[in-house]
Amino acid sequence: MAFYESVFIARQDVSTQQVEALTESFAQIVVAQGGKVGKREYWGLRNLAYKVKKNRKGHYTLMNLDAPPAAVLEMERNMRINEDVIRFLTVRVEALEEGPSAMMQARASRDERDRERGDFGGGFRDRGDRPRRDFGGDGGGYRDRDRGERPPRRDEGANFGGTEA
Amino acid sequence: MDGDRKAVQAAGGQTRRPFFRRRKSCPFSGKNAPKIDYKDTRLLSRFVSERGKIVPSRITAVSAKKQRELAQAIKRARNLALLPYVLQ
Repeated sequence: MAFYESVFIARQDVSTQQVEALTESFAQIVVAQGGKVGKREYWGLRNLAYKVKKNRKGHYTLMNLDAPPAAVLEMERNMRINEDVIRFLTVRVEALEEGPSAMMQARASRDERDRERGDFGGGFRDRGDRPRRDFGGDGGGYRDRDRGERPPRRDEGANFGGTEA
Repeated sequence: MDGDRKAVQAAGGQTRRPFFRRRKSCPFSGKNAPKIDYKDTRLLSRFVSERGKIVPSRITAVSAKKQRELAQAIKRARNLALLPYVLQ
């Protein structure tokens, strides 16, 4: 058996209980095919980065699986059929991670902090993007600040076998 | 690093180059470096431009191996609508 992480997104107008039922039904499919379901995480109703099948938000759920490939295939087939599932991704992993995933940790720490700034803090120490002001606000003069400046060419010279020689 | 120094000497002798910047090390190597994970949106969003493009490693100093991993993670996150494909 192999380890998998499976994330699926349920439609926004589905209730939390229905999402739970959905998760349960997928878990049962895996178990019925001889797999095991480890951790289950419900990430909540999150904003999607872009519209998916006319949804702006979606219920994210993560499942850790230890299952034979056939079970995953069967589960994915059911996800494809189910119209409440707008997207899913199953990834094979070397080891299942214990404890809350990065997403849950981010949610926990964000609750304490200022909610608005959430995702966009940080930035590269000296030369990342300019911090984003407002999501979806007027892009103003930023539009062509796309690639950032290229660093001086000579910096890299050594890596390409000494263009300067 | 060694080759770098030789190149400097060939170009300008003892004088330091005007634009010399120390090569930064890869943010994903070394101990307590973050793990690249498609679920970690906050980490990944640092390696994406304002337009939503993946920032080249020559700017972020991510090593080639980690950059491949990072690109993979960003693409997964995009697929799950955690990150945008394109931002206006």
